[in-house]
Amino acid sequence: MSITQILFWTLSIVALFSALMMITSKNPVYSVLWLIVTFFCISGHYILLNAQFLAIVNIIVYAGAIMVLFLFVIMLMNLGKDTEPQKSKWLKLASAVSGGCLLLVLIAVLRKTETHMADLTSGEIGLIQNLGKVLFNQYVVPFEISSILFLSAMVGAVVIGKKE
Amino acid sequence: MQALTKRSKQVDRRPMTAMEKMYLPSIIKGMGITFSHLFKKKPTINYPEQQRPFSAVFRGVQILNRDEEGRERCTACGLCAVACPAEAITMEAAERQPGEENLYREEKYAAKYEINMLRCIFCGFCEEACPKDAIYLTQTFTPANYGREGFIYKKEDLLIPNPVTQPEEYAKAKGTIGKDIK
Amino acid sequence: MYLLQFDWFIVLEKFILIAAIVTIALVVAMYSTYAERKIAAFLQDRRGPNRAGPFGLLQPMADGLKLFMKEEIIPLASSKFLFILGPMLAMITATMTSAVIPWGTTIEIAGRQVPLQIADINIGILYVFGVVSLGVYGIMIGGWASNNKFSLIAAIRGASQMISYELAMGLALIAVLMISGSLRLSVIVQEQIQHGWNIIYQPLGFLIFFICALAECNRTPFDLPEAENELNFGYHQEYSSMKLGFYLFAEYINMFISSVIMATLFFGGYDIPFVNEGAWGNAWWVGVVGFGVLMLKAVLFIFLFMWIRWTIPRFRYDQLMNLGWKKLLPLALANMLLTAVVVLLLNR
Repeated sequence: MSITQILFWTLSIVALFSALMMITSKNPVYSVLWLIVTFFCISGHYILLNAQFLAIVNIIVYAGAIMVLFLFVIMLMNLGKDTEPQKSKWLKLASAVSGGCLLLVLIAVLRKTETHMADLTSGEIGLIQNLGKVLFNQYVVPFEISSILFLSAMVGAVVIGKKE
Repeated sequence: MQALTKRSKQVDRRPMTAMEKMYLPSIIKGMGITFSHLFKKKPTINYPEQQRPFSAVFRGVQILNRDEEGRERCTACGLCAVACPAEAITMEAAERQPGEENLYREEKYAAKYEINMLRCIFCGFCEEACPKDAIYLTQTFTPANYGREGFIYKKEDLLIPNPVTQPEEYAKAKGTIGKDIK
Repeated sequence: MYLLQFDWFIVLEKFILIAAIVTIALVVAMYSTYAERKIAAFLQDRRGPNRAGPFGLLQPMADGLKLFMKEEIIPLASSKFLFILGPMLAMITATMTSAVIPWGTTIEIAGRQVPLQIADINIGILYVFGVVSLGVYGIMIGGWASNNKFSLIAAIRGASQMISYELAMGLALIAVLMISGSLRLSVIVQEQIQHGWNIIYQPLGFLIFFICALAECNRTPFDLPEAENELNFGYHQEYSSMKLGFYLFAEYINMFISSVIMATLFFGGYDIPFVNEGAWGNAWWVGVVGFGVLMLKAVLFIFLFMWIRWTIPRFRYDQLMNLGWKKLLPLALANMLLTAVVVLLLNR
C-alpha cells in the first residue's frame, strides 16, 4: 500500500464520517463544523489529484466564506427545542420523496459512468495555469455566463438590502 | 456670548476640503508627533530606588513629640481635636500619677490619642493649634494598609522615639521639625 | 505522485525547518508583547516594564507564567469542546501561514540544496488567503461557545470585519500578482530582486493591503474586540487564563506573519536593496543574512503596527464598514484595473 493510498483511504473515511455526523448532529452549529471538516477532506483529495488550485479555492470559498455565512445565520437563530416549528407529516413525506429522487439520479449517473481512475502522476489540469488556460479559452462562454449569474445575484442582494 | 477665557477658540465648521477628506496627511502628522515623543525625556521616577524630594513644607503623618528628657508633651487639652476640620482626632485625658513624672511632662496627659488617617486631610491645623509643641506633621506618607482599622493610628503609632533611649531614631523621626524653614 | 515521493532527508530537513520557524514565530510574538509595552511607554513618555530582568527583558516570561497560573474558568452553560477549540484554532491558523513564506535563498548544506521555505507550492499566496479566511473560525467558535450574548455579537462583529477586509486585501493582491505573473511567493521575491520592489509599482496597492492587514490582525484603529468601554469587549470576553492568552498571542503571531508577508510581497522579501547578493553563491551564511534582512523588515513593520496603535484612535463600527466597503474596495478595484491596463499595454 503506497502512501497515496493510505492518505486516500484515511481522507475518504474521515470525509464520509464527518458527512454522516453533519447530518446526524442535533445542533446545527456542530453540523456546520462537521461540514467544514468534510470540505477539508475533499480538499485533501484534490491535493492527491495534484489539483492544488481547486483544493485551496475549495477551502477559501466554501470553508472560508460560505460556511462562515452559514454560521452567522445559525448562531443568530434561537435554536431552543421549544422554538423549533413542528414539521407536518406532508412536509416530511415531501422531503423524503425529493431526497429519494436525488439519490436515484445520483445512482443512475454513477451507474452510467465508466470506472475511470484519475491519473495521479501526471494530472496537471488542476494547476492554476492550466486551469486558467482551459477556462479562458475552451470554456470562456460558460465562464462568463456564470459570472453574469453572480452579478445578478449581487444586484439582487443590493436591491433587497436597499429596501426599507 | 462672552467668552469665559481668552483661550477659547471659534470652532471651524467649514466642510472638509478634499485634502482633509483623505485623512492621510493628518494621520502622518499625528504619527510624527508620537514619534517625536520617543526621544523625549521621561518624567517617570523609578520609585523605590529613586525618590522624589519632598518640598520643604510637605505635610505628612503626624507624630506626638517628646521633650529632651523623653517625656510626652501632650496634655490632652483637645485644642487639636477642636481645630481639626476633618474631625480625625479623638483623645481621652488622664491624670498623671505620682512616679510617672519621667513619662509625662504635665499633670494631665493623653491616655488615648487616635488619629483616623482616612479622615485626616493633612492640613496642619493641629500643629498650629497645639500650645505645647506636642504634635507635628512629618515628611513621611501614610503607608498603605489592608483594613480600615490599620488606618486609625493609636498613640503608640504616633509617638516619636524616646530621645534618651533611642537618640538615633529620634533624630531621624524628628527630621526638619522645629527648624525654621524659609 | 511527486508530492509524496519523498526521501527521508527531506522529511528531516522540513521537520527542522518547521520547528525552527514556529519557534521563531512564537519567540517574536512573545517579544512583540514586550515591544508593544515598551513602545507604548516610550510614545507616552514613560519607561515601560523594567523590573523583570535587565530592561525588563524577562517580562514576557513573567506574563506567560501569570497567564498559566491564573484560574481557568469555563462557563457552565458553554459547549466545552468548542470553548477549548476556539483558542486552539486561533493559534493554529496563526502559525500555519508561515509555511509558504520564503525565509531566505536556497542554501547548500553538506552538498544538499536546502530551500529556506517549508512548502514552495504554486498557489502560495492563495494558501495564505485560505488560512487567513479560516482564522474567522477561531473567533466565531470561541464567541458562540461562550454562551454569552455579548461574546456572540462581538464574534459576529469581528468575523464580519475580517471578511469585509479580506475582499479589499485580495483585490490589492491581484494587482501584485499581475505584475509578478505567479502565485508562488518564491517567484514573487525573485521577480522583485530582478525588477525592483513591488512597492515602487504598487504604492496604492500596498497602502490598501497594509490597512487591510491592520484590520485582519484586529489592530488599532480596527481593534474593536478590545473596545471594552464602548462595546463591552470582544469575542474572548468569557475566556480566562491561558485560553485568553492564546487569543491575544495569536494576534501577535498574526501581526508577525502579516509583517513578513508584506515584506515578501512588497519589499523584496529577503532581498538586500542596492546589493547584488546573487553573486555571493549559496553558502549557508548567505541564507542567514537574507533571513536576517527579512526579519529586519518584519520588525520594522511590527514597529509601524505598534506606532499606529499608539497614535490613532479606534474606528466606530459603521466607520469601519464604510471604509472597508465604500472606500478600500473601490480603490482596490480601480488599482487592479489600472494595473491590468498598464501590464497589458507594456506587454504588447
